[in-house]
Amino acid sequence: MIQFTDVYKRYTNNYEALSGLSFHLDDGEMAFLTGHSGAGKSTLLKLIALIERSSHGQVLVNNQNLTRLPKHKIPYYRRQIGIVFQDHNLLHDRTVFDNIALPLIIAGENHREIGRRVRASLDKVGLLGKERSLPIALSGGEQQRVGIARAVVNRPPILLADEPTGNLDPDLSRDIMQLFEQFNQVGTTVFIATHDLGLIQTLPYRQIILDSGRLAQGGLL
Amino acid sequence: MIKNYALRHIQVMLFSLGQLWRQPISSLMTMVVIGIAISLPSGLYVLLHNVENVTEQWDDASQISLFLQQDISPEQAESLNETLKKWPNISETHYQSSAQSLDEFRQLSGLGDLLDSLPSNPIPAVIIIKPNEENLNENAITRLVTQLNELAEVELAQLDMEWLQRLRSLNRTAQRGISILAILLSLSVLLIIGNTIRLAILSRQSEIRVIKLVGGTNRFIRRPFLYTGFWYGLLGGLVAWIIVLISLTLLNGPVNELSQLYGSQFTLHWLAGTLFLALPFTGLILGVFGAWLAVGRHLSAIEPE
Repeated sequence: MIQFTDVYKRYTNNYEALSGLSFHLDDGEMAFLTGHSGAGKSTLLKLIALIERSSHGQVLVNNQNLTRLPKHKIPYYRRQIGIVFQDHNLLHDRTVFDNIALPLIIAGENHREIGRRVRASLDKVGLLGKERSLPIALSGGEQQRVGIARAVVNRPPILLADEPTGNLDPDLSRDIMQLFEQFNQVGTTVFIATHDLGLIQTLPYRQIILDSGRLAQGGLL
Repeated sequence: MIKNYALRHIQVMLFSLGQLWRQPISSLMTMVVIGIAISLPSGLYVLLHNVENVTEQWDDASQISLFLQQDISPEQAESLNETLKKWPNISETHYQSSAQSLDEFRQLSGLGDLLDSLPSNPIPAVIIIKPNEENLNENAITRLVTQLNELAEVELAQLDMEWLQRLRSLNRTAQRGISILAILLSLSVLLIIGNTIRLAILSRQSEIRVIKLVGGTNRFIRRPFLYTGFWYGLLGGLVAWIIVLISLTLLNGPVNELSQLYGSQFTLHWLAGTLFLALPFTGLILGVFGAWLAVGRHLSAIEPE
């Protein structure tokens, strides 16, 4: 589903964020991406989301070669990936419903389908009944759930998360991880960057560990 | 699918309008600035149009006086008169012998005694010519006057309306000036709207990033801003229309007084209907174009981080 082959990422100031990275994630797999800060976790996720492109090497996601994907196709590519952010990235002047509906509106879904799917998504994250609230009126954990609901509302095959539990206490973090597991159980490939080692040690998923832009463990190649 | 697309457009359209509504003061100020910029050339255009209307009415009055040589006999003059009547570019002629002219002058001037003391009649016979209506443009009239001047019997052919030509030429100058003004002010409307949209884009940077991250195309992101420009332009055009109408209302009283003093039937043409269509339309074209320029420049610079 996600395959990196000898990937390098150099920035203009000659800083090498990723060096010769190779790994792959199977279809329907759930895995964690860990490593100390500055190890290249964010860069790796940015390459998958096509926020940045690799300097060298090949990135294949869902059978598409990202190195060759033309710029005007990026929006359509991103619709296959749900992204969850540490700081939620919600639109604060719009209701929970409108926030979650955004990917569907962008995709041009019709009104009835949007209502149906947003409510299904809210139901899954346990926020049914909050659809008219503004994000600011919700707790941190609830805002993160809204972020997750938005990421999965158009049923993407891949779900990426960047430190999704970074700002949450251990109980809430466990709840959020359980949510990701539920999505994985219905076939979504889930890839979560986190440094919450205590939490992920208790879970039976592969850990891909980065060290200074190199693979330290877990590549399976 | 098409129905969805149209529905989405209407939603975005209303959403943009709602955003203007949520900031009434700043939106209104922008619209008034746009309105003033559009109303200035259009108001001047309305006034100029009125001046043209007046001078067109005077076209009917344009006539040529043909003063004949002193030694032309009344019979010769009559036969010239008959010939001229047959010219295609002359619609009417009126012959007035030197004796008749003298009588007329005696009555109008009250200098009867003085005229009697003259040894001979100094006033020439005259043929008054009305050019054919179809040939009323100035070139044709000037050509006709030249032709008439070349006739052997004619001492002088004189167009009575030279000042009208000057007025017309003045009008044309004013028209050119208004066109230049209109272009400059259209440019300023573009800049005003462009700048307003630029600020709107900057204030919604984080929103644009999020939309790009969840797969929004540039076209999708551009749409609400284009509709914002659309509304600014349309409503600015309506403001311009109101400004023009108020200005004309203020002018109408004095103009009517003036025309009464001249014993004229003249009233202001408001062009209210034409302007009601033309100004908002001009506004919305400028609005969408200005927004399009601004969005094109600033949108590509905002990418997710």
